[in-house]
Amino acid sequence: MTYSDPIISVDKLTKKFGSFTAVNAISFQVMKGEIFGFLGANGAGKTTAMKILIGISRPTSGTATVAGYDIYKQTEQIKKSIGYMSQRFSLYNDLTIKENIEFFGGIYGLTSRQIREKSDALVEKLGLQDKFNRPISDLPLGWKQKLAFSVALLHDPKIIFLDEPTGGVDPVTRRMFWNMIYEAAYRGVTIFVTTHYMDEAEYCNRVSMMVDGKIEALDSPARLKEKFGVNSMNDVFVRLARNQDKAKVQ
Amino acid sequence: MKGFIIKEFFHIFRDRRSLIILFGMPIVQILLFGFAITNEIRNVNIAVLDKARDEASERIIEKMLASGYFVMNGYLETEDEIEPIFRKGKIKAVVVFGPDLDRNLTAGGIAPVQIIADATDPNTANTIAAYAASIVRDYQADINPNVTLPLETIPEVRMLYNPELKGVFMFIPGTMTIILMLVSAMMTSISIAREKEMGTMEVLLVSPLKPVQVVAGKVLPYILLSSINATVILLLGYFVFRMPMQGSLLALMGTTLLFIITTLSLGIFISTVAQTQQMAMMMSLIGLMLPTIMLSGFVFPIDSMPWPLRVLSNIIPAKWFILILKGLMLKGVSITYLWKEVLILIMMTLALIGISVKKYAIRLA
Amino acid sequence: MLVSAALWDINLNKMQMEIRIESISKSFGDVRALVDVTFDVNAGELFGLIGPDGGGKTTLFRILTTLMLPDSGNAVVAGYPISDYQAIRRSVGYMPGRFSLYPDLTVEENLKFFASIFGTTVEKNYELIRDIYVQIEPFRDRRAGALSGGMKQKLALCCALIHRPKVLFLDEPTTGVDPVSRKEFWEMLDRLRQDGMAILVSTAYMDEASLCDRVALIHQGKILTTDTPANITVTFGRPLYAIRTSNVYEVTRDIESYAYARTIYPFGEHLHYTDKREKPDPIELEDFLRGKGHHDIELTAIEPTIEDAFMELAETHSQILTQ
Repeated sequence: MTYSDPIISVDKLTKKFGSFTAVNAISFQVMKGEIFGFLGANGAGKTTAMKILIGISRPTSGTATVAGYDIYKQTEQIKKSIGYMSQRFSLYNDLTIKENIEFFGGIYGLTSRQIREKSDALVEKLGLQDKFNRPISDLPLGWKQKLAFSVALLHDPKIIFLDEPTGGVDPVTRRMFWNMIYEAAYRGVTIFVTTHYMDEAEYCNRVSMMVDGKIEALDSPARLKEKFGVNSMNDVFVRLARNQDKAKVQ
Repeated sequence: MKGFIIKEFFHIFRDRRSLIILFGMPIVQILLFGFAITNEIRNVNIAVLDKARDEASERIIEKMLASGYFVMNGYLETEDEIEPIFRKGKIKAVVVFGPDLDRNLTAGGIAPVQIIADATDPNTANTIAAYAASIVRDYQADINPNVTLPLETIPEVRMLYNPELKGVFMFIPGTMTIILMLVSAMMTSISIAREKEMGTMEVLLVSPLKPVQVVAGKVLPYILLSSINATVILLLGYFVFRMPMQGSLLALMGTTLLFIITTLSLGIFISTVAQTQQMAMMMSLIGLMLPTIMLSGFVFPIDSMPWPLRVLSNIIPAKWFILILKGLMLKGVSITYLWKEVLILIMMTLALIGISVKKYAIRLA
Repeated sequence: MLVSAALWDINLNKMQMEIRIESISKSFGDVRALVDVTFDVNAGELFGLIGPDGGGKTTLFRILTTLMLPDSGNAVVAGYPISDYQAIRRSVGYMPGRFSLYPDLTVEENLKFFASIFGTTVEKNYELIRDIYVQIEPFRDRRAGALSGGMKQKLALCCALIHRPKVLFLDEPTTGVDPVSRKEFWEMLDRLRQDGMAILVSTAYMDEASLCDRVALIHQGKILTTDTPANITVTFGRPLYAIRTSNVYEVTRDIESYAYARTIYPFGEHLHYTDKREKPDPIELEDFLRGKGHHDIELTAIEPTIEDAFMELAETHSQILTQ
């Protein structure tokens, strides 16, 4: 399936902190309905870039639109059209499932009836009926992630941003999580995900790799592996990083 | 928006610590402030040198004791006993009745009543003198109902140790105590807690270092820093504010060092309980600084507090140190007079160190 | 006599570079962190403790480095029982999670500090860490807090090695570090074990298992199996198929309705499939999928990886737990 309708457009986006350039004039597009992997080492600039795209950080220069909204002037609309989930924070641990859903439903602007309907559907789908009134801290990590993902989709956003959502989780749960991602993509949600697990990069339609603030590669996993003559995304990354080092030395 | 507010309430009520701070603190504060803060005086220990031994003196003494402001400590026989009894620190004022009191009061002459107050705490001394003086005047008015004002009788007031009633003489020891508490106790506890938070504590433990070495290594720099601080404060007090230094310099340095070690052991103790730097800081501030300021006698006189607070003030090391400082600097007593205070500080230090060593995790759990 | 004395000496030395764990259990309240854990690590062995977060790895490490006492069971580390904490703490190198360096000290200062608390100097054991240290030497005056993840990792390793420990404990040293540094790190470990020390490394990355001599798979406090990576994959026990398709979601959904489907998981660019039958029929499966409208399917029988083995064992274990 080819995706050809851009839902995120980025042109020469730059972010500087003093004299340090975290994001260096990156340009790319994300197509509607695709699973887009945004990869890179820690400190390569991907977290900074993502913060700009979700509307919580202001770029130094360059332009971008997310879901048709401008990241300078329309950040509030962006926030309403997207879902966000990160490893560090997803749901409030000391609140129950019910309270979390009600809270997030509220801030996404859903009516009480909508919240109730969606809440019932969600709980049924995940099979969490008997834990509905228990605090999140009672759930094992894998379930928390899955619940957080569902809550991020509560308001039917067009794009969902996932910031390393599967860190530390066991392999089975990780895959169940990705099945949820596949399903969301099937229903037309665009997925923008960053991850450390190179094998997860293979689940994406296309990936981009950031090195030192620049995008050094952008293509489907299959074509990237072909280009570098390797068998896994891990090796692609290693090749890219080594090329970078060689370029630096020269 | 409403959802957000509700959520915040959930957070607050589910977090026990924030509950304690929100509700417990104000109550404790109000109680403390209500009872501790008072410019009135109560239960002040006095001694009486009664040369008159007549009805007048008896009545006046009765009135003084009945007022509740004063508590009788004992009768003196001669003037020579006045200085020593002040030095001992048990009494805050001496009332001296001259001979022929009775006759003088009724005749309207100058009443031979002298009030000598310990002015190391100038505010209290003033109040004591004023109260005592007013009681004498009351009596005079009672027995001379027909005499109109102004009465000639103004008891003579003498302020001992601090004739100019300089407030700073009270503040220097007090401030020094607070600063030492801050640097030694709080910084030490934060430093050890930081090690735990960063995870390097684990690595330190899995090494030949004994826990006592780790703690000593943390503590020694602060001993040095605190000593420098203390020296600077004392020098400022002496040279800039002309604070008297009547007692032995050696004793002063020795007791200051002792107090520094006491506060350090307090810091170590807090660090065995606190898991994070934030907790260490909060415990230091709320558990140490606040009670120290309120109950050490630095700002509010201890005698005027209700007895539970007076008892509580005894476990505050600062209280004993302030007594030592006042004794050494203002009264010029020799260290032997202060043996009780010194001993108490030593015992507190040993107890704190003992408990800390026992609690100190050789293991994490 | 001399020969046997020498042999005795060598054996004694070897014994001192070992870890022996026997039936260790530990609970925190209701949570059973470790359940009857038993395995050994020999001198000169690079041993991996593989499992996801919450599996009990860190708890086990803390017990072995004498930071915690087990509820039951025993262990001998570097020749000493874990009750002899002073002796063990002198003889082991420990790199806990999050690297545990002093962020406001420089690279050089950190190294010197750790050397000093073990009563040695950087110079004394330099050849042991030289290969690693040269990579961070250009940054020796930089504060540790300002280093990248990969460099912190290398520095932390140097600090753990500087006193020439007999046994090395590394708790998730590659977590959160980029793949290049991860690869380099394992290469360094490989060179180290040739020196004779026993190295116990924990990791959540399954693919790193193949870099170890032997591994133990740990899941919710229990050791699922202990063996060489090769043997573990052999004991997978059932045929495994890789399905390549561009329609991952729909194929997954449709296979779930296939009568004989046992497990179906995404694995990189493939799906891994196991069948309920001992002798599955791949042709039949292909027909089934084509019948559902999937035409670009590639079905191949493959050898299982450690991750497949782990998932298989973990699922069985979970089912036992919920019974």
